[in-house]
Amino acid sequence: MQALVIAAHGSHLSAGSSTPTFDHADTIRAVSAFDEVRESFWKEEPHFREVLRTVDADEVYLVPLFISEGYFTEQVIPREFRLEEWEPELWDSDGTSADTATLTAEDTGQTIHYCGPAGTHDAMSDVIVQRAQSVTDDPDVGDGFGLAVVGHGTERNENSAKAIEYHADRIGERDRFDEVQALFMDEDPEIDDVTEYFESDDIVVVPLFVADGYHTEEDIPEDMRLTDDYRTGYDVPTTVDGHDIWYSGAVGTEPLMADVLLERAADAGADVGDAIQRVKSETGGAEASGD
Amino acid sequence: MQGAHLDALVTTAADGIAFDGLVVEPDDGGYVVEVDGDSHAVETDDDLRRVATEYPAYVSNWYFWHASAPQKADRWAFLRWIEGAEERTVPERYNALAEGVTQTWGQLRITARIDDGNRRYDISHVDDTAADATLERYDDPLDARTLVKHDDDGKYRPLKTAPTLRTGWQFVDLDPADLVQTVEFVYPATVANWHRERTGDLDVNHWRETMERQSGIYGVVQTWDRGKGYEHVNWVAEACCDDSQCLKRREWEYDDETELDVDGGDGEFPCREPCSLVISAARRWTKLEGEQPQTYEFELTPSEKEQVERIVEAVADGETEAIREADVYDGANRYRTRFLRAKLFDDEGNLCGVETDAE
Repeated sequence: MQALVIAAHGSHLSAGSSTPTFDHADTIRAVSAFDEVRESFWKEEPHFREVLRTVDADEVYLVPLFISEGYFTEQVIPREFRLEEWEPELWDSDGTSADTATLTAEDTGQTIHYCGPAGTHDAMSDVIVQRAQSVTDDPDVGDGFGLAVVGHGTERNENSAKAIEYHADRIGERDRFDEVQALFMDEDPEIDDVTEYFESDDIVVVPLFVADGYHTEEDIPEDMRLTDDYRTGYDVPTTVDGHDIWYSGAVGTEPLMADVLLERAADAGADVGDAIQRVKSETGGAEASGD
Repeated sequence: MQGAHLDALVTTAADGIAFDGLVVEPDDGGYVVEVDGDSHAVETDDDLRRVATEYPAYVSNWYFWHASAPQKADRWAFLRWIEGAEERTVPERYNALAEGVTQTWGQLRITARIDDGNRRYDISHVDDTAADATLERYDDPLDARTLVKHDDDGKYRPLKTAPTLRTGWQFVDLDPADLVQTVEFVYPATVANWHRERTGDLDVNHWRETMERQSGIYGVVQTWDRGKGYEHVNWVAEACCDDSQCLKRREWEYDDETELDVDGGDGEFPCREPCSLVISAARRWTKLEGEQPQTYEFELTPSEKEQVERIVEAVADGETEAIREADVYDGANRYRTRFLRAKLFDDEGNLCGVETDAE
């Protein structure tokens, strides 16, 4: 028996925070790649601390639905899941290259294949492109368009910016968009000046966040001047300084995100059969994989 | 179905069977079958089959618990608990299941029924009448995740075990695995922890060790330490963990030598450590409780003092919505409270014009 456990942040205040996690879990359930799929949360239940005991399987693939490596993936999740003898060096990561480490859960004895976060997997680049396609409703979007990949920045974790830049660079190398730029909320280059960083008339802005919430629904739209007051909403696209801004909302809500979770587990040795292809074709990702 | 049950019984008999009052033991080339005080010595598999046919409930019961019910120990034990398997004989249970056996789990009413030996389950809210035709019907456990997100007033429920479960729905005709999964979506990990407690294996983490584990923005809670004093944790437990706020029964204490002075509640399932809501609140209280008390002077009439006390009580007990619009005899009534504000607050919102001294 093998199980997939998804570890996500969740929220005490926002009911919608867990929705993408449930949606992606259901996509994976539908292809029956695992005997069990279970969502778990830092701020909701089942909590990281107790989810493993609700899972029957002895082999568990634990995939953090987080954007970058850092505090949560290196300290909080291993501690709360009680992964014996964990140390970040087991991932041997440069900040974006965490893959997997096999450990034992102290309280349940299960074998835990602890995977790197979804956000730094290569397949995440495809999700960002897919998100651009979704928001423009154009499967061929690219020509004449700039793409901004937006992250929080370094506030507490330098890897946060690394993950954004990693995907911006990868997508840039594909020459699909005229320009690709990493932008941040709390450091340069800042999202406030988005129009200064692009020559293209059309700019797709994809925030690398797991769920929509305060940052993606309030901060970023106001910082980019899509609206004076987030409560009044904004158009897609909205014209700012002569550029059309196509703001997509959190990348983590894109259905293709389920593929990244699945690929993380498969990379760690899970037997997922043809599930990756099936999930890709069901979430529109089949033609998105460019490299 | 009985044919399949008998086939399985005959196949397994050579290994011996002893379960819920049904005993089959290999004996001298044949078997000894004991059921309900009766004993039969049989020589062949056909004889065994014939004798077993006389006890269809025992056979289907054995089959259900070994071939149909989930085998994970806690799920199995939970399903057994629902039908009172440890307290009732098989015939008693089958009679009861024919009518429907009901148990309460938090705010869930779980009813087990029997269908050719297989158990089927319905779940509804304890405050709903199960036969109510207006209840929304569900049969997919995954739907429970959405149902539990908001209370009847549409407010988000960050704590799954808060006694605010929505009404107006029912899950019908679930198989055993789906029953457990639905319960797990409504009250995550309660089945596992309940079972651990019953088997003496509940890993309780008390207040101090839980706070010591915190890091990042929650690391500050470690500084909310009053030496040997634990009054502050009594207040936390009284505020957050009372049965009126959470249906788990608090089993964690201040530390493994110091019990809290407040009651842990009567819930069916245990709480094994301070939850994330308690930790978040404790972070806030750590900051607030770092302040030094000041002496303020206010002039209040006796009724105004009592009114302030009544307002705190009404908010703490969630009564404000229930206070009738024109009930000006209740101190927490909106008009009464607005009058108090109009009379006693200055333009900056200071009570009796007395400024807050932050020093």
